[in-house]
Amino acid sequence: MDYEKLINCMRCGMCLPHCPTYKETFLETGSPRGRVALVRKFREEELSMSDQFLDYLSLCLDCQACASACPCGVNAGELVAEFKCEKKGAEGLSFMEELILRRLVPHPDKLESAIAPIRLYQRTGLQKMVRKLGLLKMFPDALERMEGLLPKLPARPLRQTLQEVTPAVGEEQGTVGFFLGCVMSLVFSEASLATVKLLSSLGYKVITPRKQKCCGAPNVLGSDRDGLLEAARFNTDLFSGYDLDYIVTDCGGCGAELKKYGNHLQGDDKAAAFSGKVRDISQLLFERAEHLKMKLNPVNIRVTYHDPCHIAHCQGIRREPRELLKMIPGIDYREMSEADACCGSAGTYNIGKPEMSDKILKRKIANVRDTGAEYLVTSNPGCLLQLKKALEGGDKTVKVIHLTELLLTSMNMALPQPPGTPCL
Amino acid sequence: MNSNTFIKELSALVGSEHTLTDRESLACYKYDSTPEMEGMPDAVVLPGSTEEISRVLNLCNNAGVAVTPRGSGTNLSGGSIAFSGGVVLQTSRMNRILEIDEENLTATVETGVITSALHREVEARGLFYPPDPGSMNISTMGGNVAENSGGLRGLKYGVTADYVMGLKTILSDGQLLATGGKTVKNVAGYNLNDLLVSSEGTLGIFSEIMVKLIPKPQTKKTMLAHFPELEQAALTVSKIIAARIIPATLEFLDKVTIKCVEEYAHVGLPLDVEAVLLIEVDGHPAVVDEEAAAIRQICERHRCSYFQTAATPEEALKLATARRVALSALARLKPTTILEDATVPRNCVAPMVKLIQETARKYNLTIGTFGHAGDGNLHPTCLTDERDKDEIARAHQAFEEIFDATIAMGGTITGEHGVGMAKKKYLPKLVGEAGIKAMRIIKGGFDPKGLLNPGKVI
Repeated sequence: MDYEKLINCMRCGMCLPHCPTYKETFLETGSPRGRVALVRKFREEELSMSDQFLDYLSLCLDCQACASACPCGVNAGELVAEFKCEKKGAEGLSFMEELILRRLVPHPDKLESAIAPIRLYQRTGLQKMVRKLGLLKMFPDALERMEGLLPKLPARPLRQTLQEVTPAVGEEQGTVGFFLGCVMSLVFSEASLATVKLLSSLGYKVITPRKQKCCGAPNVLGSDRDGLLEAARFNTDLFSGYDLDYIVTDCGGCGAELKKYGNHLQGDDKAAAFSGKVRDISQLLFERAEHLKMKLNPVNIRVTYHDPCHIAHCQGIRREPRELLKMIPGIDYREMSEADACCGSAGTYNIGKPEMSDKILKRKIANVRDTGAEYLVTSNPGCLLQLKKALEGGDKTVKVIHLTELLLTSMNMALPQPPGTPCL
Repeated sequence: MNSNTFIKELSALVGSEHTLTDRESLACYKYDSTPEMEGMPDAVVLPGSTEEISRVLNLCNNAGVAVTPRGSGTNLSGGSIAFSGGVVLQTSRMNRILEIDEENLTATVETGVITSALHREVEARGLFYPPDPGSMNISTMGGNVAENSGGLRGLKYGVTADYVMGLKTILSDGQLLATGGKTVKNVAGYNLNDLLVSSEGTLGIFSEIMVKLIPKPQTKKTMLAHFPELEQAALTVSKIIAARIIPATLEFLDKVTIKCVEEYAHVGLPLDVEAVLLIEVDGHPAVVDEEAAAIRQICERHRCSYFQTAATPEEALKLATARRVALSALARLKPTTILEDATVPRNCVAPMVKLIQETARKYNLTIGTFGHAGDGNLHPTCLTDERDKDEIARAHQAFEEIFDATIAMGGTITGEHGVGMAKKKYLPKLVGEAGIKAMRIIKGGFDPKGLLNPGKVI
C-alpha cells in the first residue's frame, strides 16, 4: 500500500459524523480516522497485527461515507479493504474461500445450481414448516440470518430467460450492454426485467451477453485480488466484443466495481474504455428524462429514497434517482434524514457482524418511518434484501422496491388513481 | 495506587465497555487534529453522566493521575492530547439536548452534543444558535465552550462566549460547580462563566451547558466579488463596515487559495485576481435588499472585476462553493496541512495578507490564506510534508514571524483554535509577565495538583 495515502489523512475528523460505526460506538477505533491511524501505525511498526487490531478493522462496513466527507481525498474504507487484500495475498485463501470465490461465484451456472435447492425449499412449503418448527434454531446464527434474509426467489434466474438481444421500441437511440448482476438475476429478476423494458422503450437496443460473469465485488469482500482481476479481464474482453454506446447496470455494487476496472487493470486500454462506458441505470434514464417523463402516469404514493453506499459514495450519484422519482406525477416524495447512511447490509457484514449491523439498520428504519412513506425506493440488491426483511410485513409495512420497478409501474399505469390508494 | 487497581476502579465507575486500555485503542487516542503532535494516554474513559465525570475526576485526583478532556478530537492546538499520559476523558456519550426553552430563549445541552445537532434542533423551531466553527458537524458543545470557538458568523453574531449563559463544571476534585443561569442580567459574584469559557479544559470539565438563542433571521442574501487588487478588497471590507452594514459573513480567499480552489473544483474563478470576497447579509427582507445593493456599490467603487448576487438558494450555495472547499483544495496539495488562525484588527487584513505572502516567499513555502476578513481572523495554511524536516523547520520559522507581526499589529496569536500546546510558547509574548502570573494563580486555585489537562496553555 502506498504510504502517501496513509499520511494524507490530516486527522481533521470530518469523516466521523458520517461513519455509521462511529455514530454507534463513539470510539476512535470505530472511526475512519482511527482505521487510517491503525494501518499507518502498523506500517510504522508501532502496532502489530493482533487479533484486537484485526477485529477493529473488521468493524468497517466499507460503505465509503468517509470518502465522500474527506476534504483531502482519503478513502479510509478502500484503504482498509486494500490492507486486508494485501494480508490475504500473503496468506492465501482458505479452503472455503477458494471454493466460494474461485469455484462458485465466477461461474453463473454453478451459482444458479447452488441456489436451486433454496427455491425448492421455498416452493415445496418446506420453508414454512422449518420456520414453524423453529428448526433453524438448531443451526448456527449465521445460517438462520441468511435464511431469514432471502425473499421468495423467482421461478428462474433472469439470466436464463432474458434473450441476449432486446430490440429498441421506436427509433433506435443507441445500443446498451446490460450488465446483469448475480443477485439481481437470482433474486430480483423482476427489477432487472423492468430495467431492460425501460431501456428498450426509451429506444435502446439492449444486449445482455449471456456469458457474463460476476463483476468481482464478492472477491473484494473476500480480499481476493487475483479473483477480482480475473473477473475484470473476462468481462472487459466479453463486452469489448460488442459495439456498445453504454454499459448499464441496475446494481449499485456492480456499477461501482465495473467503473474501477480501468484502475484495476492499469495500462489496459480496453478496461479503461469499458469503465468509461459504465452507467448506473439512473444516470442513463436521467439523461433521457424528457422522453421518459412523457411516458409516466400518476402513481399516488408517499415515497422515500435510500442511497446505496455503492451508488452515493462510490459513484457519487445522488441527484439522478431523486429527480427521476420526483418526475412521476402524483408522487409525494419525502427525503429521509441520513438517507446516504449505510443500511448495515454491506455485502456480508449483516451476517459477519450481526450486532453492529442490527444497530445501524435500526437507525435506518427509524429514519424511514419518520418520513411516513409507504414505499422505500433503492437500487442495490444488498440494500433491498436487508430493508425488505426489516420493513415489509406487519401492520406498519413499508414496501421496498427497486427504482426501475416503480418507474415501469408508472409507465404501465393506465389510469390515475384516487389519492392514498396503494397501487403496486 | 498501582495501575491495575486504578484501572479496575475506573472501569467500575463507568463500566468496562467504556474504559479502554488496549494498545490499539490507546494508539488511536494519541492524536487530535493538530499536525505533528502525539501523546499516549494510559487509559480512555467515556463517562455517561455528570455523576460519572465527577467520580472519575475524584478518583484521578486522589490517585494523582492527569486527566485530558476530549470531545470529538478536532482540536487544532494539541489541546486534547495527553502529553503526560494519564486518562483521556471523552464526552461523546453525553449527547442529549436537555431542554429548549422557547420563553427564555435558552437551550441546555449535555457537553457531548454535536454543535450542528443543536443548530438543527433550534432552527426547526425558528430559533438560532449562531456560532458555526468549521468543524461544527462533529465538534462538541463542551469543546466549543472550552476553546471559545468562532466561525463564519463571528463578525455579526460573535463567538461561543457571547452565548454561554450557564455551565455545570466538574472541578478537579470531582465537585460540581454550577454557574450562571437563565437570567439575562446576573452580577452575583465573579463572572465565573466567562472565566471558564476558553479555559481549554485546564480549570474543570463541563458536563452541561446552557446557551442563549436568538430568533432565526428571516432571510439572507449571498454575494461574490472578485478583486484584481488585494488592497481594494481589504478596503471594501472596511468600507462596508463604515457604511454601518454588518454582514453575517464576510469571507476572503487569497491568490494561492483561489488557484488551488480553481484547480480542484473548477468553479470558474479567474486566476488573475488577487482576492475573492464572499459576503452574506441576513435579517428582515427589506433591510437585506437595501444592504445588498449598498454592498454592490461599495464593491464596484473599489474596482471589483466581477460581482454576483445569488437569486436562489441553489445559486447561493454555488457562490459559497469556493469558500466552502478552500481547505479541501489546499489540503489535497500536500500530505501535511498546518492550519493557523492569526488574527488582526480588521483594518490590518491587507498588510497581514501581504506579510504572509512575503514570508512564504522568503522561506520558500506554499501558504494559502483564507478566512474571516470581517473580523480579521485569517487562516494562513501551510502546505508541507512532515517527512521533509527542513521544510517543516522553515514553516515553523515563518509562523513565528507571522505571529510576531500579528502581535505588533495589535492582533492575537489565536482567534479561535486555542493555545493548547501548539501556541504555548507564543502566549507570554502576547499577554506579558503579569498575564501569565494571573493565569497561573487562577490555575493553581482551581487545580492545585495540576492534574487537569496538564501542560496546556501556560
